[in-house]
Amino acid sequence: MILLGLDTSCDDTSAAVVEDGRRVLANVVHSQVKVHHPYGGVVPELASREHMRNIVPVVEACLSECGGDFQSLDGIAVTVGPGLVGALLVGLYYAKGLAMAGGLPLVPVNHLEGHILSIFLEEEVPFPFVALTVSGGHTSLYHVTGFGRYVQMGQTLDDAAGEAFDKVAKILGLGYPGGVLIDRLARQGRPDAVAFPRAMLDRDSLDFSFSGLKTAVALFVEKWSQDPARAASVGLHDIVASFQEAVVDVLVEKVRRAREATGVSSLVVAGGVACNSRLRARLRETFSESRVGLYFPSPRYCTDNGAMIAAAGYHRLRRGELADLSVDVRSKFPIQDDSTSQGKA
Amino acid sequence: MNGECVTTTTGSAEETIALGRRVGRALRSGDVVALVGRLGSGKTWFAKGLALGLGVPDGVVVTSPSFALVNEYEGRVPFYHMDAYRLESKDAFVAAGLEEFFYEDGVVAMEWADLFPEMLPEHRIEVRLEVVDETTRRIFLTGRSNRAAEIIRALSMEEEGRSKEWR
Repeated sequence: MILLGLDTSCDDTSAAVVEDGRRVLANVVHSQVKVHHPYGGVVPELASREHMRNIVPVVEACLSECGGDFQSLDGIAVTVGPGLVGALLVGLYYAKGLAMAGGLPLVPVNHLEGHILSIFLEEEVPFPFVALTVSGGHTSLYHVTGFGRYVQMGQTLDDAAGEAFDKVAKILGLGYPGGVLIDRLARQGRPDAVAFPRAMLDRDSLDFSFSGLKTAVALFVEKWSQDPARAASVGLHDIVASFQEAVVDVLVEKVRRAREATGVSSLVVAGGVACNSRLRARLRETFSESRVGLYFPSPRYCTDNGAMIAAAGYHRLRRGELADLSVDVRSKFPIQDDSTSQGKA
Repeated sequence: MNGECVTTTTGSAEETIALGRRVGRALRSGDVVALVGRLGSGKTWFAKGLALGLGVPDGVVVTSPSFALVNEYEGRVPFYHMDAYRLESKDAFVAAGLEEFFYEDGVVAMEWADLFPEMLPEHRIEVRLEVVDETTRRIFLTGRSNRAAEIIRALSMEEEGRSKEWR
């Protein structure tokens, strides 16, 4: 079964053609990061009109990459949330048009389910597993017992981890994207140079909080920049390494707790921040002695992409979960456990 | 430049939420709250309080809207929690469709509202959060329109009553 997957939930316009939810035949992402970086900052590619400009060429490029056409498709999977409504609408209405014109089934997909299942584009992961989805917009832990069966165990109560990276990079004037720059700079820094707070919340909680850390970095940098003695002993790379360590400590600890609570033997870490080299190394270190299998998608499937939407859509299509043309987008879209609810988009 | 103003100090994130909740209770559809303050000043905490005051259920987690630009919540009226942080121009603001929410049925709270003052409606209530130290925030509520003045006056009477209670 061949699906076209579309994602316009945030900055990127993405399309992919995927066979049986596994084999990626083509994957095209139109990202604005490279285009805008020379002009010195984040110019979010959230605008509906930008997605409108990009979606047709992106889908065409995607189909020509795999030598396919609309006739070769068995269905269209599209992100309906969570994300920016105006941006989501472009993908959904384009998908509706294609579905109607081609007489193809339309499968609505939750962006977060896409992240959780992105690993299946490259590897088979035995159920059950714990998934950490960590990006600029989300930081959540799920207990995954099958396709469509997800129980949220924890989430951020304020900022997403990736957002903390971007905001700290901005505080330090490092530029964009913050995650990549901090990861690189931190390699030359001392992670224990500054004792930034780790919001673990109470012992049992699997929720996250990163806004206090962001505030602590802002206050530290303010004093640091006015104090030559301190600036001499602590460098910029030390600050970013210490900040990164605080984020990673919390993520690793919560993943460890979630694994312990569920007893699963597989862990999946997905989303843009899953590219962070320190997070990967620390997780490997933490679980090196155990029999826990750690799974990270390749960077191109960690960041937003249409392939993960096609993968998630494939399993929904197999279960017959189609939408009629009245389906709408949702800015907030908590993942539901299909085994306990009848709800679907 | 004349307008109503009330100043309060909060000693914790919880107190900032509680203040936001009191403001949220006084709001009705069409009101716009402009949240102003540097990174980490507590804008999102205040917005969490607004959501509670607007009847968004306690179990619904109000998170930072920086990434998605707009988060939508169902309270006694719809609550649109928006963020101009990532926008670098008026064009981007318009292109992202943020303006449209000012004319929706519901209450809007916009973080980093001071980046685009000219884009915000005149009747907005401005909430400025200043960092005093790690936990303390000085919070100024101001507004120039009749509607904003009405809310702020009501709140300032309430705040006076509260400070007497504390003594």
